Amino acid sequence: MAVTLAFLLSAYCCAIAETPEPAKGGQLPEFSLTIPSEPVYRDYLGLSGSGTFKITDIGAKIVIIEIFSMYCPHCQREAPAVNKFYEEIENNPVAKGKMKLIGIGVGNSTFEVNFFREKFKVPFPLFDDKNYAIHDELGGVRTPFFIGLKIHDTKTHEIFFTQLGGFKDPRQFLELLLKESGLQ
Amino acid sequence: MGWLEFKRIPREEGGIMMQTKIYSVVTVIILSIFLAGGNAFGVSEAFKQNIYNPGQLKATDSTLKVKTGDMAPDFTLPSIHHGPVALNQYRGKKNVVLSFVPAAWTPVCSDQWPGYNLAKPIFEMYDAVLLGITVDNIPTLFAWTNQMGDLWFPILSDFWPHGKVADTYGILRSDGVTERAVIIIDKKGVIRWIDVHDINRRPPLEDIVNALKKVQ
Repeated sequence: MAVTLAFLLSAYCCAIAETPEPAKGGQLPEFSLTIPSEPVYRDYLGLSGSGTFKITDIGAKIVIIEIFSMYCPHCQREAPAVNKFYEEIENNPVAKGKMKLIGIGVGNSTFEVNFFREKFKVPFPLFDDKNYAIHDELGGVRTPFFIGLKIHDTKTHEIFFTQLGGFKDPRQFLELLLKESGLQ
Repeated sequence: MGWLEFKRIPREEGGIMMQTKIYSVVTVIILSIFLAGGNAFGVSEAFKQNIYNPGQLKATDSTLKVKTGDMAPDFTLPSIHHGPVALNQYRGKKNVVLSFVPAAWTPVCSDQWPGYNLAKPIFEMYDAVLLGITVDNIPTLFAWTNQMGDLWFPILSDFWPHGKVADTYGILRSDGVTERAVIIIDKKGVIRWIDVHDINRRPPLEDIVNALKKVQ
C-alpha cells in the first residue's frame, strides 16, 4: 500500500504545482500585492503609503479573495454576480466595513486586469499576478476560485472557506459566508 | 507501528473484518483525494477535466519565412461558422490580426481566445478583424470553442493540407502544431507586426493593442 501511495503521490505532484490548493482551516501562503494608488481603494482596504501589502494588512475581519482571469469565460460570466455580491456586502450592516472583497487576476497583466475592471465596471479592488507567481503559491487553482479568510486581531489568519466556481445567488452567498466565518 | 497500520481489534469483536473495512475506506479516501485533484493547468473552470497538459514545451520550434514589410501570403481556410475565409477578402477594408494557437484542449490556448472575445471593442476601435487559427480539424475546433461562449471572430482550420498556411508563414513546429503567434496585417495586405511568442505563455493583450495603434 505504501508503494501504491508513493506512486500516486509522484504522479499527482508531477501533474500539478508543488504547493497544495488553499483549504479550509489552513493558512494562506504569504504573498504581497501592490498598494493601490486610487484613494477609493486605499480607503476601502484601510491601506496607506506605497509599496506592497499582505492580505492580513487589510483593515477587515474577513477578506474574500476572488482568483480570476480576464481570459476565463466563466469569470466573465460571473462578473455581474460578483459585483452584486459586493453590493450585498456593502448593504449588509453586519458585513459592511468588516468584510472586504478583492480580486487577483492570475496570469493577467495590469492592462488586462484594468480591461476586465472597465469592461464589467468592477467596484472592488483588483490586482494582477502577471507571471502566475501568486497562482503557483495557491496550487494553481482553477478559476473563478473564492477564498474566505478570517483575520484575527493578532494579524494571523485562517482560511474558513474555499469554493471553485461561481454562485447562484449573491445574497445567499453572503449569508453562507457570514455563517461560515462566524460573523453572524 | 507506522501511521499506515491499524490497531488490532480482537477477532471476537469482528476484528479482521473491521480492519479490512477501515483499510478499504482509507484507501478509497486517499485515492479520491489524489485522483479528484484534477488538472490545474486548464485554469478556466470552463474546461474542467478536458485539458491535456503536454508539460513545459520548447519556447519556439520553427523559423519564420516572413518578416514585417512583406506582403502577407494569401490563403483561404475553412471556418466553423463563416464558410471559407480568405485573407484577401479583408484587403482595403480591415486590418487583420491572425491569432495562431498551437492546439485545442491544451493549456494557455484554452484561455487566450475568450480574452480576445471580451476585447472585441478594442479590435473594432482599431478597425481590425481577428482570425483564430489552429491545425485542428473543424469538429475539434467546434467542440473546443463551443465552451468559450459566443466568439465574435472566425475560427479557421489549417488542418488539411496539414499546417500548410502556418508553414507558409514559417510557424509550423516540428510536431505539427503551430507556434503561439500573432501576426498583424494592414489593409494593404502588408505584415506590420509578428509575435512568435513563447508557446508556454500567453501574449499580453497590451502588446497587441500597442501594435494595432501603430497600424493606424
